[in-house]
Amino acid sequence: MTTKYLLGVATLKLDTAKCTGCGMCANVCPHAVFRLENRKAAIIDKDLCMECGACALNCPAEALTVKKGVGCAQAVRMGFLRGTEPECGCGNDSTCC
Amino acid sequence: MTQNPCATISSAYKLDTPAGKIPCVTAEFAGADRLAAWKARWGINRSGYRINPGLYALGSPSADSPVFATANYKLSFDALRTNLKNTAAWLLVLDTKGINVWCAAGKGTFGTLELARSIMDTGLEKLIKHRTLILPQLGAPGVCAHRTKFYTGFTVVYGPVRARDIPEFLRLGGKATAEMRKVSFGFFNRIILAPIQLVYFGRYLLPAATIFYLLGLKTDAALTAGALLAGAVLVPALLPWLPGRSFAVKSAVAGLIVTAAAFPFIEMTTYQFCARALIYIPASSFIGLDFTGASTYTSLSGVKKEIRAALPAQALAALAGLAMLIFGKFL
Repeated sequence: MTTKYLLGVATLKLDTAKCTGCGMCANVCPHAVFRLENRKAAIIDKDLCMECGACALNCPAEALTVKKGVGCAQAVRMGFLRGTEPECGCGNDSTCC
Repeated sequence: MTQNPCATISSAYKLDTPAGKIPCVTAEFAGADRLAAWKARWGINRSGYRINPGLYALGSPSADSPVFATANYKLSFDALRTNLKNTAAWLLVLDTKGINVWCAAGKGTFGTLELARSIMDTGLEKLIKHRTLILPQLGAPGVCAHRTKFYTGFTVVYGPVRARDIPEFLRLGGKATAEMRKVSFGFFNRIILAPIQLVYFGRYLLPAATIFYLLGLKTDAALTAGALLAGAVLVPALLPWLPGRSFAVKSAVAGLIVTAAAFPFIEMTTYQFCARALIYIPASSFIGLDFTGASTYTSLSGVKKEIRAALPAQALAALAGLAMLIFGKFL
């Protein structure tokens, strides 16, 4: 049973021309979004992406971009109310994180 | 090599090293640790689970022993050390303000700069001959491996997602299998998060239910508690089986199940009952939508999309229910 979230929303983008095939993205991705094909990274299933940003941050070739953020309703609500970017209230008084 | 006392003597002992005195820890999971984990899960003294940042010695570490980095949250630190039985290692605890690795990485406190600062401040390079750090894979959203190498000379190796896979990871010569790299969200992983949801929303809903009960509104008291149960417990428990991908929809269905289950026991007209269903089902939906924050697979783009539709829908349904109740008074 796969747990997959809403389809067609993830902001993950791979620029194959820049990719050096080091495989770091496949290493850090917690949802197995990437696979190495012909010495290049390939996105197997973008809908599995949770936009954690690990791949983009650890890509030495800067071939990956993603709008990184926390998929947390409480954080998004707070962001709407305060007019800021979604931020989770970890540590103080929140159920997220 | 002489046996150093770290292996046998617990926490109070400090190891004398070229990098100064370093506290020893064991791999033992004691009763006090179990109690602390239980309390943390129930949100008791939520910010009281910090470990002092810095270096720790586990077993009898030498200049060749591996270095594992972790967060200064007790549950993270304990997960690491208790899975390193019969292993000698150095543990580098970053200052993540008492937050677990994955969440801290998301915020950037488990990050490249804090890692670099920690390596330099602790004098780690004086302890070991190699220049490799093993990080939990879930630290990767905050740590950039190639910049860490550039700033500090240390090579970051991402270990498995779960600390319990570390022995196998070490046995494979520092390689994680595809399975070790994947985050799971099985029943146990989900249900362990239910208490914190219960505590958070129960703080508002249990007093509300009590007030309803004291006012003689027993049905509303029961349905309020039911919405809490549906959103905070049923949603984590039944997540993969509840229909739809949206957490708001899944949670509305959980609310519907509980409300429908209550129907045969409640003596009121169908009109009155439907009005209440329009209030308590969205309440469950609202509570369950917050479980996106605890889940391991929801994206920011997805949550934004569903919250834009869900919040107005929840509010409208609840208002319609209230309007029906008020209108019902004049029938």
